[in-house]
Amino acid sequence: MSVFPHLTASLSPPDLFRGSGSGGNAIPDCRHGASLVLNKSGNDSGVRILILLALLATLTGCSADWGWYVVDPSTKSGWINLKFLLSGLYYTILLSVTAILISVVIGLLVALPGLSKNPVLRGFNRVYVEIVRAVPILVLILWVYYGLPQVADISISVFWAGVLALALSDSAFEAEIFRAGIQSIDKGQYEAAHSVSLNYSDTMRFVILPQAIRRILPALGNQLVYMLKMSSLVSVIGMQELTRKANELVVTEYRPLEIYTILVLEYLVLILIVSAGVRWLERRMQTDER
Amino acid sequence: MPIIQLSNVTKRFGTFTALDAVSLDVSKGERVVVCGPSGSGKSTLIRCINQLEVHDAGTITVDGVMLDGSKAALNRIREKVGMVFQQFNLFPHLSIIDNLILGPMRARGKTREEAREIAMRYLTRVRIPEQADKFPRQLSGGQQQRVAIARALCMEPEILLFDEPTSALDPEMINEVLDVMVGLAESGMTMIVVTHEMGFARKVADTMVFMDHGEIVETAPPETFFTAPKSLRCQDFLQKILPH
Repeated sequence: MSVFPHLTASLSPPDLFRGSGSGGNAIPDCRHGASLVLNKSGNDSGVRILILLALLATLTGCSADWGWYVVDPSTKSGWINLKFLLSGLYYTILLSVTAILISVVIGLLVALPGLSKNPVLRGFNRVYVEIVRAVPILVLILWVYYGLPQVADISISVFWAGVLALALSDSAFEAEIFRAGIQSIDKGQYEAAHSVSLNYSDTMRFVILPQAIRRILPALGNQLVYMLKMSSLVSVIGMQELTRKANELVVTEYRPLEIYTILVLEYLVLILIVSAGVRWLERRMQTDER
Repeated sequence: MPIIQLSNVTKRFGTFTALDAVSLDVSKGERVVVCGPSGSGKSTLIRCINQLEVHDAGTITVDGVMLDGSKAALNRIREKVGMVFQQFNLFPHLSIIDNLILGPMRARGKTREEAREIAMRYLTRVRIPEQADKFPRQLSGGQQQRVAIARALCMEPEILLFDEPTSALDPEMINEVLDVMVGLAESGMTMIVVTHEMGFARKVADTMVFMDHGEIVETAPPETFFTAPKSLRCQDFLQKILPH
């Protein structure tokens, strides 16, 4: 926001394009293309106007003429725009990392009762997983941000509403991943831990979880990637992360193709880095055992 | 007063009766070898003694502690009873030394230095002190089982249970494990060993126990057990497994 204090955050870009397709920088290119065609066609002025309008609609709607100047770092305004887009990176990462950390903790706490012999504890696990898993993330974000303050009589910031919604929604999946990972550990490991007098929490902490986490690391990496992508949904409640920044820039620059392409690339780079990190971690943990 | 007393112990898995009113006394320092066909309840018998399986009926008393299913009783006997498993069950993500010091540090409150000292003493006793910093997968089966024995010894138990300790081993590795067990037997450890190694049994056992269909069919000192088994089932079994 600091870069473009004049922006009105309430405008959403899709409406803008549908409503005022003739505005902005796309016009000169279109006119050029249209006049060439018109010279070859008939004299009827009605037909001319129709074709012109049709071409205008097509070219403004899905122009193949790139206008990279909008994010060209060699120009001053392009550089400012690019910096504006990248400034969302901080919150995208902070949001995702905070949410994944919380969701891993909740997921583990929900998974453990699911492995219990006690049917009440197992029931708690099932109910939690089934309910939380059934709510779409976007719906949960809206519910937490707009609904929770009313229900619980608290005020919640956009950031924490986003973290809470993402973490809750992901925790059901984390719980299932942990349960599968822990169940995959051989029964003999519990028996060996029992035979050297380890209690339940020590058995989990030193014997079962270290092995289970090695096995579920690829799945946990997947969830982190998923979380990075889902954090874009928090833009709907006004979180100033990558997607929100892109939406706001589109509102002023009318260059959705270029700006959203940059947005795609931002997520792509972020996620490739995370994937590489997870693979590195996997390799490192593997060599520990050999 | 026997250190282990089982009286009329029954254990069922669903409709299958794994132990059918089994009674057995083991005195301190006694070496008991349990044999019998597979599915006869041998493993279940020793697993009940350290409560890896909870018995359904009858009483088990270990060193004066009655196993009534309470957590307190469970914790007390776990400290007294060590176990060696058929599949070794070493912790694969921990180095050998860490496998050995985990129990003493977490359950016995030993410092890392104390635990390491104990661990190295027992690793030396099972003759592989040089493997301390390796991981289980880097060791042969025989070496892994010796580590498992050392791990049990590090808890300084009064009783050691062996559940077919050589059954998962390649033939050439069986003797290195049996040698360690013979050494242990000579040191006066109370041992209950489920095994098919009759040479070992002859050498170390004070008492032979033959089980079939969840019952103890015959209990005898090895000399009479091997030369003059009373029951037909036992004669039949011995005929099948003793080398011709």
